[in-house]
Amino acid sequence: MTSGNVVQRGSGAAQVYGSGVGGGHEPANLGDILERVLDKGLVIAGDIRVNLLDIELLTIKLRLVIASLDTARQVGINWWESDPWLSADAARRSDGRELEQENQRLRDRIAALESGGGDHD
Amino acid sequence: MTEPSGVWVYAVSADVAAPSLSELRGVGDEPVRGISAAGLTAIAGDVPLAEFGESALRRNLEDLAWLEATARAHHHVIDALGQRGPLVPMRLATVYANGAGVAAMLDERATDLRAALSRISAHQEWGVKAYAQQSEPGSPAAAEPARSGAARVGPGASYLRRRRDELSAHSQARYDAIASAEAVHIRLSGLAAEARLHPPQAPQLTGIRSQMLLNAAYLLDEERAEEFADAVTALALEHPGVRLELTGPWPPYSFAGLPDRPDHGAGRRREH
Repeated sequence: MTSGNVVQRGSGAAQVYGSGVGGGHEPANLGDILERVLDKGLVIAGDIRVNLLDIELLTIKLRLVIASLDTARQVGINWWESDPWLSADAARRSDGRELEQENQRLRDRIAALESGGGDHD
Repeated sequence: MTEPSGVWVYAVSADVAAPSLSELRGVGDEPVRGISAAGLTAIAGDVPLAEFGESALRRNLEDLAWLEATARAHHHVIDALGQRGPLVPMRLATVYANGAGVAAMLDERATDLRAALSRISAHQEWGVKAYAQQSEPGSPAAAEPARSGAARVGPGASYLRRRRDELSAHSQARYDAIASAEAVHIRLSGLAAEARLHPPQAPQLTGIRSQMLLNAAYLLDEERAEEFADAVTALALEHPGVRLELTGPWPPYSFAGLPDRPDHGAGRRREH
């Protein structure tokens, strides 16, 4: 079944996008995987370090760490920076105060990264 | 001396037979195992903290090649097991100090986890992206206008008028494409149990130059996969201004969290 402007990877059966194993399937687009495994999925606090307990903080760290990478920017993995949907989602998730605290943590972290901690690339 | 290790969690399922795990390898090329408590099984693997501990993660996540390999390995475990039964995928880098910590989490979150499992049972995630169709520069439509006017006005004015017509044709096309993407999303949402919007991806990441207007995920009853694909095809014909791309089935990453939140900070509800 083909049509002018639908691109369907694979047949619609299971394993359409593959996982980098098995023959024939195009591996899933990296962006599709990253947006799902980094930004979605169930979030439960890890207990490896005390500061991993606050999972929102961990999430922000993950994002910031990646955002600090120039190559990540070059390939466009910076969707959290300016996207209205994401910001709207963040706004919906938090009341104003929480958002403010989150922003503060974010700014602190950026400051920490910019002041030398994060420039080993 | 054994090196310190942590437990990386991939997903939680209702139950997984141990033999089905044995052939799987995880993010650290470790064998994947099940950790059971409260009638739930966490799919997990022992990983060295030298590579997957907090400070190592912070460093390694800077490395795009490492990130890609790890994300793909994490996804592979979830994808392979997701073919065999419902599971709740965990976000990348969910690491516990030991198996007891994982078991305690299963105990503590059993109600939420069961609710999530029953929500996604017999469902699959499908992704649909809509791109603006690129109009060819210098296409007849763009070159055509202002012919009659050109005879009466000078070449400069004629150029400006042509340019203005081009621009307004362009913004009209863009407006139409956005409206089409919205219509596609509304129609497809009607077929899905749930829908989520992801931010559009940048052209550098997709390798596709035209602008992504819609990047949505739909949670579908697995019986409706064919109907859904047919709907995408029909919508593509109905809306020539956008190009649609269907991917899937995915493990239900986009629907692993709490059910649609009423908007009162529910997403942040958690024990402290």
